[in-house]
Amino acid sequence: MKQLNELTIIEALEGLKQKTFTSVALTQACFEQIEKYDDVVKAFVTLVKDRALAEAEEADLLINSHGPEIFEEKPLLGIPYACKDNYSTKGVQTTASSNMLKGYIPPYESTVTQKLKDAGAVMLGKTNMDAFAHGSSTETSDFFKTINPWNKNKVPGGSSGGSASAVMSDMCIFSTGSETAGSIRGPAAWCGASGFKPTYGRVSRYGVVAMASSTDSPGPIAKTIEDASYVLKIIAGKDPLDATSSPTEVEDYFANLNNIDLSKIKIGKPKSYFEIELEPGVREKVEQAIEKFKELGAQIVEMDLLSPKYSIGVYTILQRSEVSSNLARLDGIRYGNDRTNFGFESKKRIMLGTYTLSAGYYDAYYSKAQKVRTLIVDDFNKAFNEVDMIIGPTMPCVALNLGDPEKSPMFGELMDVLAEPSAIAGLPGISIPCGLSDNMPVGVQLIGKHFDENKLGAVAYAFQKATDYHLNKPNLEGLK
Amino acid sequence: MTKELELLGSYKLVLGLEVHVQLMTEQKMFCGCSADIWQAEPNTHVCPVCLGLPGALPVPNFEAIRKAQLFGLALNCTLNQNSRFDRKHYFYPDLPKGYQISQYKQPFCENGHLDLLSGNVADIERLHLEEDVAKSLHEGGKTLVDYNKSSIPLAEIVTAPTFKTLDDAVDYCKQLQNIARSLGISNADMEKGQMRLEANISLRTADMEARNELPKYKVEVKNINSFRFMEKAVLAEVVRQRELLEKGETPKQENRGYNEATGKTVLQRSKEEANDYRYFPEPDIPPMFFDEVYINELKSLLPELPQQMKDRLVRDFGLTKEVAHALVDLGGKDLAEKFEAIVKKGNEGRKVANTLLNKKETLEMTVDQVDEMLKKSSEVINDSAAISAAVEKAISANPKAVEDFKAGKQNAVQFLVGQVMRETQGKAAPDVTRGLIVAALEKKSAQQL
Repeated sequence: MKQLNELTIIEALEGLKQKTFTSVALTQACFEQIEKYDDVVKAFVTLVKDRALAEAEEADLLINSHGPEIFEEKPLLGIPYACKDNYSTKGVQTTASSNMLKGYIPPYESTVTQKLKDAGAVMLGKTNMDAFAHGSSTETSDFFKTINPWNKNKVPGGSSGGSASAVMSDMCIFSTGSETAGSIRGPAAWCGASGFKPTYGRVSRYGVVAMASSTDSPGPIAKTIEDASYVLKIIAGKDPLDATSSPTEVEDYFANLNNIDLSKIKIGKPKSYFEIELEPGVREKVEQAIEKFKELGAQIVEMDLLSPKYSIGVYTILQRSEVSSNLARLDGIRYGNDRTNFGFESKKRIMLGTYTLSAGYYDAYYSKAQKVRTLIVDDFNKAFNEVDMIIGPTMPCVALNLGDPEKSPMFGELMDVLAEPSAIAGLPGISIPCGLSDNMPVGVQLIGKHFDENKLGAVAYAFQKATDYHLNKPNLEGLK
Repeated sequence: MTKELELLGSYKLVLGLEVHVQLMTEQKMFCGCSADIWQAEPNTHVCPVCLGLPGALPVPNFEAIRKAQLFGLALNCTLNQNSRFDRKHYFYPDLPKGYQISQYKQPFCENGHLDLLSGNVADIERLHLEEDVAKSLHEGGKTLVDYNKSSIPLAEIVTAPTFKTLDDAVDYCKQLQNIARSLGISNADMEKGQMRLEANISLRTADMEARNELPKYKVEVKNINSFRFMEKAVLAEVVRQRELLEKGETPKQENRGYNEATGKTVLQRSKEEANDYRYFPEPDIPPMFFDEVYINELKSLLPELPQQMKDRLVRDFGLTKEVAHALVDLGGKDLAEKFEAIVKKGNEGRKVANTLLNKKETLEMTVDQVDEMLKKSSEVINDSAAISAAVEKAISANPKAVEDFKAGKQNAVQFLVGQVMRETQGKAAPDVTRGLIVAALEKKSAQQL
């Protein structure tokens, strides 16, 4: 019998509808888990227990007074979640894990958290991340390092490391992350969670502290792809407050999960994604996953795709340029913290981005990077004429040891190499667990066409129905 | 003008202007805040977007874009079908994002011009749209910032180094003001900061002017808030630059500010200290495309502009250029409209113009009152025979008007009425005159068939 905090969204909703338990009990269970393990895991930077319990109580009142029909109007009613600390939350400190924004309490709510609130979700607190999302290990947080729940010597990945750790430590039912290039898929893979990075523009960026505006994509990290699809449907859609959000109709990703015939799906396996240096354990697990997809009826075809290594340079220049611009507002005049509070990683990024946008260098760097980006987009478009989606490893290796990333200045970009091409092309991607290597989770990713979240979710769900990798959980007692 | 020539000596003035005009819109440029900020309590018209809070995003205000494009059309600019916003970076307390959303490579409007009274033409390089910055107040050693003004839509009109005289520059600015007002897109009130000027000033020799050669430097004077201020600042620069040139030196490329107290300009920033604005395309706002249908629709919305109105007053009412200029440019839209209303009541154009321009008391009078006054004062000739002669004369002297009448242009009648009025010194009864003209024209048309 699972503890309440171990439930998935779908299981928890069932219990709430049946009144097997209350939202208060569910929320309490999450806080008990947090109180028990977060001293070690350090997933949260802020907890809002009183507020959460009040929200849960309100949810219970609604369930009691309206009955199960209320869930049609409020599809996440009473479900506790953890929120990455770069989402602006009205009245709750929002720092993006940076000293620069320490003490900043936003007067407004991000569109995503507002939608979750409207859907009845209960926010437990804000999760740790690389400061301003600058990193792939959550070690650049200005506050503390989050550990990987599978091994306290390992990093959870990043930048949404706190969110992935919180989910896999069962401290919440689901969490929100955000990806610029790998920040949802990466930590999902390294912690064994299911991460759904939507198409750029599918989910509003309004109120999410900007990292690289042209690729930032908010999305869910959950225990199953079923849960992630369920949340994605709720947070997706055109937002009048985000000019880059898309008016493309939002499909019911959750209802359509079973609506697929795998024998009609052609999955491309890009040779270039397997030619880079992959850890043997990762290669083995991903190959096994591909075999599984074949078994399930999907057609797997080897294909040519531009080497992901070209994306490293393009992504680095575009992202640093946008970072240097987006962080200019933290000029030390407002928010109460002067610029000496910027961490080392942020300073490096601001300096490089300032350089690449400077007069005389713009054409050589930023402008050229944009041109290569167009080539990468074209390359994907060509590929999608042949296949429905693309499969590959999410990360080249399993989670690294704490401290290792600091030794390599381009660590993040190298670790995220397999997520960068699709991120700069704005494509949707999913990472789901496909087994353990050295007792650490391995993630396999599926990359789809723009706004093809529906098909992507259904194919990933078919895999999870046929396997139980997503049921693997870390032994938290071993962390102590 | 004389003082200007005296100060210039053998040198010639080279002047370009950057004019900022706040557009009148309901909402600010990139957020839903009310743009009606005049005399509002500080920081009452603000939101996460115009405060630049982390995570807030700009959404462009289409009303402002449309008004900027109308402005551009009125300045004879080409509208770019592809346009976009860019970020312009610099640090200042009144710039909450650390960058201003502006336009760099693909402004809404380019390549315009404006005819000047002197007969010269002002060459306009571009009109682009950007957001205004906040307002800094320096009090007791502290700087206070009022963000009400942050993100008010601002059109910037940039000329080439096109002006050779201060008169031309002032005329250009006044015309811009009139155009903005007649389009109803801005009051362009300089006292309220709704219109602000920056001047790029340099001097060259007569030879260089003849060869169309530009000097190798320019001095920029910012924050000019009145025409008088502009004249003083430009003249102060003329004196300073001429002194340097006569010593054989080339003035440095720099930004200078005009000091009212000393009557001189002072260095603000040298070229070496110039900002590198690190322009790049605003990733929060997708690029924009405007199709032909939209642009044509916009063109059809363009009302009669001051220049067109002046041309029409000269053509239809026999006014001189100077009188038309006095009515339209100096008097503003209201006076010109009053003029037309009084003429419509059957008064002769030149007489109405003279009355309005010379009799100050008419400014306070209504259209009907002026009409009454004019009718009382005129000894009207009602005698058809006396008027007929003038009508015949006017028709035979203006065969084009006859052609126009046949082509269905009713303006032709009005034009001929004006001619008869001129002939009779405004004494012919307008309704009788009109009747006679129409009868004569109809007869003439019938004969020619």
